[in-house]
Amino acid sequence: MKARAFSYRRAYTVDEALDAHASNGDDARFIAGGQSLVPALALRLQAPRILIDINHIEELRGVTREGEWLRIGALTRHCEMLTEPLIAEFAPLLRAAAPFVAHPAIRNRGTLGGSVALADPASEFPAMMLALDAEIEIAGASGRRRVRADEFFIDLFETAAAPGELVTAIFVPRFRCNQRICFDELARRRGDYALVGCGMQATCKDGLIEGIRIAFFSVGNVPTRARSAEAAVSGGRIDAERIAAAQAALDSDLAPPESDEVPPAMRLHLARVLLGRLLGRLGEVA
Amino acid sequence: MSSDIDEAEEAVRVRFIVNGRKVACEVAPRDTLVDCLRNSLELTGTHAGCEMGACGACLVRLDGRAVHACLMFAVQADGARIDTIEGLSESGDIADLQAEFHRRNALQCGFCTPGMLINAHELLSRLAEPSRAAIRDALSGNFCRCTGYEAIVDAIAAVADARAAKASQKGSPE
Amino acid sequence: MTPLTSLDRPNSYIGRSVPRPNAKRLLAGRGRYVTDIRLPRMLHAAFLRSPYAHARIARVDVDAARALAGVHLVATGADLAKICTPWTGTLDHFKGMTSEPQLPLPLDRVVWAGQAVLAVVAESRAIAEDALELISVDYEELPAIVDLDAAREPGTPRVNPAGSSNICFRAQLDSGGVDEAFASAAHIIEEEFSFGRHTPVTLEPRAIVADYDPDGGMLTVHHATQTPYQFQDLYSRHYRIPEARVRVIAPDIGGSFGLKLHVYHEDMAVVGLSILLGRPVKFVADRLESFVSDIHARDHHVRARMAIDADGRILAMDVHDATAIGAFSTYPRTSVVEGNQVIRLIGAPYDFKSYRAALEVVFQNKVQTSQYRAVGHPIACAVTERMVDLAAARIGLDPFAIRAKNVIPDDAYPTASPTGYRFESLSHQVCLQRLREIMDYDALRAEQSELRQRGIHRGIGIATFVEITNPSPAFYGVGGARISSQDGATISLTPSGEVRCAISVTEQGQGTEAIISQIVADQLGLAQEHVKVITGDTEVTPHGGATWACRGAGIGGETALQAARKLKANILEIAALVLQEQPAALNIIDGEVVNAATRQPRLAIAEIARIAYFRSDTLPPGTQAQLTVSHHFAPQGYPFAFTNGIQGCYVEVDADTGFIKLLKHFVVEDCGRIINPMLVDEQVRGGVVQGLGAALFEECRYGETGQLLNGSLADYLVPMAMEMPDIVIAHVETPTADTALGAKGCGEAGTAAASACVLNAVNDALAPFCASINAVPITPARVLEALGRF
Repeated sequence: MKARAFSYRRAYTVDEALDAHASNGDDARFIAGGQSLVPALALRLQAPRILIDINHIEELRGVTREGEWLRIGALTRHCEMLTEPLIAEFAPLLRAAAPFVAHPAIRNRGTLGGSVALADPASEFPAMMLALDAEIEIAGASGRRRVRADEFFIDLFETAAAPGELVTAIFVPRFRCNQRICFDELARRRGDYALVGCGMQATCKDGLIEGIRIAFFSVGNVPTRARSAEAAVSGGRIDAERIAAAQAALDSDLAPPESDEVPPAMRLHLARVLLGRLLGRLGEVA
Repeated sequence: MSSDIDEAEEAVRVRFIVNGRKVACEVAPRDTLVDCLRNSLELTGTHAGCEMGACGACLVRLDGRAVHACLMFAVQADGARIDTIEGLSESGDIADLQAEFHRRNALQCGFCTPGMLINAHELLSRLAEPSRAAIRDALSGNFCRCTGYEAIVDAIAAVADARAAKASQKGSPE
Repeated sequence: MTPLTSLDRPNSYIGRSVPRPNAKRLLAGRGRYVTDIRLPRMLHAAFLRSPYAHARIARVDVDAARALAGVHLVATGADLAKICTPWTGTLDHFKGMTSEPQLPLPLDRVVWAGQAVLAVVAESRAIAEDALELISVDYEELPAIVDLDAAREPGTPRVNPAGSSNICFRAQLDSGGVDEAFASAAHIIEEEFSFGRHTPVTLEPRAIVADYDPDGGMLTVHHATQTPYQFQDLYSRHYRIPEARVRVIAPDIGGSFGLKLHVYHEDMAVVGLSILLGRPVKFVADRLESFVSDIHARDHHVRARMAIDADGRILAMDVHDATAIGAFSTYPRTSVVEGNQVIRLIGAPYDFKSYRAALEVVFQNKVQTSQYRAVGHPIACAVTERMVDLAAARIGLDPFAIRAKNVIPDDAYPTASPTGYRFESLSHQVCLQRLREIMDYDALRAEQSELRQRGIHRGIGIATFVEITNPSPAFYGVGGARISSQDGATISLTPSGEVRCAISVTEQGQGTEAIISQIVADQLGLAQEHVKVITGDTEVTPHGGATWACRGAGIGGETALQAARKLKANILEIAALVLQEQPAALNIIDGEVVNAATRQPRLAIAEIARIAYFRSDTLPPGTQAQLTVSHHFAPQGYPFAFTNGIQGCYVEVDADTGFIKLLKHFVVEDCGRIINPMLVDEQVRGGVVQGLGAALFEECRYGETGQLLNGSLADYLVPMAMEMPDIVIAHVETPTADTALGAKGCGEAGTAAASACVLNAVNDALAPFCASINAVPITPARVLEALGRF
């Protein structure tokens, strides 16, 4: 398990990284935390000619408040989701999801931007972008733009960031005091990819759900919002009837693919169970 | 066969501070940090168990945080401070953990042990008195095929207790 | 039972929990594993592997690979066949078994996906892998036999076209009276079971450095193995090098569990590559290679019937075990031992007369299976114990009650099982009672029923077991295998009065060296730190079987004990001459020769060593001090030293998700004389966790074309710390009278019954749903399916 030979370039600015990629075309890859990319290289599933290391680009670091948004630099490590006070205060769903992301040493190195850019449908953070209604900042040849998470995830490992473009930051609408979150997943072992996972963020008023975003992972080719389920619980109090309606609505929200270990019907069943449990918890705090 | 000498694979000179000492070596960009430590620097206490971040045998401290040495390339660590089991042993930083692992036989073949110790060291530096569940959680990425984990958990818990007792002794006026 | 030595005198180490002297090195990262070894001029091997489970090799093109800078050799099957003789994994005592001869690399046909086809030797592993990408091989696909049942169907294509069927071996046992017992039974229990394939997954992968010196005609192999002498013999015979010119060194080994005592094609090839090149060649299986080339184990389908009378007494069992072993039988220990032990161990704890079993071992296009920790035991135990629980449920007996009624009584020994195993002395009744106490069984039952009211589904499972340890030549030797059942030790008093013991049993972390030093120190009468134990080098230790099948303590320990007693006698003989005493009037305590009666120190053994080595002129004429002795010991008496015990576990099943949480596990274990209780507990715990892995997580999953689907450490689920429970252990000590030491083995007991226990506990939890599980691993999918949840 040794990677094919490649060249290495360390970039110190976003422009430098983009230029390096542009001059090498399809043969270049950015590396951030590398916790998914390095095994892919070791397995020779990917064999770029040049690796562009973005870990030293200062402007990709840091968590800051920008008005109604929390800006999380793409290089923010998973472990910082657990320790950064601004995240706990303004994006608590990321704080809640973080302990489920792999293992401590992976979290020390893996980055939020890398996870979102890879868009692994079984990963926690990409799905949480949907639940948070986050925006992903992308730098490319034509400058920078922000893409809503709803438009960002296109297909399996395919996103609105074109090859050669760089995810530079995540913008999360700041968490407000009338909002509630819930997160959980069903994984065989701690830190494994979940058989199914779900995070949600609701806006409540007087015990009623004004609005809610529910996002699943490990249910298909992309992280997936459960829009029908959201509709089923919006506008009212969370009770057994609404929970049941939301669970039933998952049939139209999710279409898990065949896999050798978890049949689609089982995954859908687990998604319903998980949704029921999370909505039950949400109902208690709404 | 061509009589020409083929172009050699690109080599990069990297410098680290390994176990407190400045070190320079030549690596190919594709050399992982674990291969560099083991082969170029002969620090064979760091082990390669899966080369994909699933077993924890290759954990080292990079700028003070435990990372998988198989999940980064040596060139990426240029300029970094790296501590391996050899350095942590020599500094005495984990002497209490090592002694407790030994006393309780919290190891058998020893192949996972350096990674376990580095992880335990980090856990205890973050969390003074972790519960057994927190210890097991922290070890959730460290595979041990021999022990059944219980003695490892016991050893870490005992060290946490001993360190806490020592800290409270220091803190309280005699 | 009187202890061998009391624990209250100096140097009484037998029965004492002392830390392992050699563990400190490992804790400091100073272990020296084969993966760490680098020799001057060493090259690295990598193997091209077959993508197909069964195919003919039509054409290979290696020119581009050979031309790559840094590549020293690209070797084909034909290249190695010129220097290596083929091997066949059959043994004579398995009557009628067949298997195809094997070579390091195939000549024209591959028989499993992942089989090594060609070898590249290069300056680095990375360059060798670069070269693999330049090789092209044309394969013509052949029908692949993947499924166990498919392999057994008549008319199915053959795994080996030269063979007459896919059957490797069949065996039958019949003690008589089975049909009559079933005809008269009050109840008949029937069940079918399936057991997934799993694999040992040592953390250090297989590793070998072969170093052939053509000028000296000497082969040195640094080999991560349990059995250096076995490999010395094999390398010598298959490469036609005189045995004395083959040296096998097994340094620190990163776990083995049976994995590292079998012949692997790559390992044989690496020896050949070193011979072809005259340079050291290293091969370390990477983790992906491990999954497709290490032995697998289990993979059984068992049909079982049990006849019981109206009181719940077992009358008879009738079982059929079908197992698939890959495309050929493993060398030199074969792949049929597991099935053989399954049919012989079923029912072993119980007192009944009528037993019939049939075993069918078939070929398929998967990697070879062979002996992995607790060979056959987990299957025999799960089948037996589940059947006993089903019987208990049928007539409304508690699981403890039905076992108490049926286990062989502790006062019935010696006796034999209906399958012909002879038991010297077991302790099922006392173990059963002890387990009930340590589990606080009645309280657990009360808690279970209270929680059930609240929709929390917990289960309690228990499983008795019998374990085979200390095998005699009846195990392999009688079948013609050059696998020793004896061990040898050479023990010396050094000139400075310390003791050095070179012994043929080996260390893989279980503490062999520690217990040998305890036994030697105890028997000689000196501090443990003055005993140095040396293992794992054929050039240094006497010949012996080494460490497998739980023989290290029982056989290796007895060897060391006898050797130490011999040396002690020799030391005392010299001491008696020096002190003008009778040897019988002297003893050794703490390195001092003392008056046996008064314990008055007379002379340090260091002084005896000094006199014997440097001033022999001061000894009476004719005295030749023998301060080095060698001793060999082979077990006699019972063919195996059986051990026994019982395990219990407490689990919680999430009936909505199918997830199972292991809450607590309990073991009562009787391995005879315990040398180091802490190490025994560690063996038991580690063994239990491997059994729990099998119960819930581990399975090699294959696709229809014979591709391993989960062959990485991210996809093959091994048990990790978070999911494993704390394990409570208690001991009963029934020493074997076959040896002075009285020790039996303990390494496999944990694995033997853990999965059976969980199977029973999960079924107990599912009882209110009238759902039942009869397959391991018990995955969420299987639980939800049983519950009809999707």
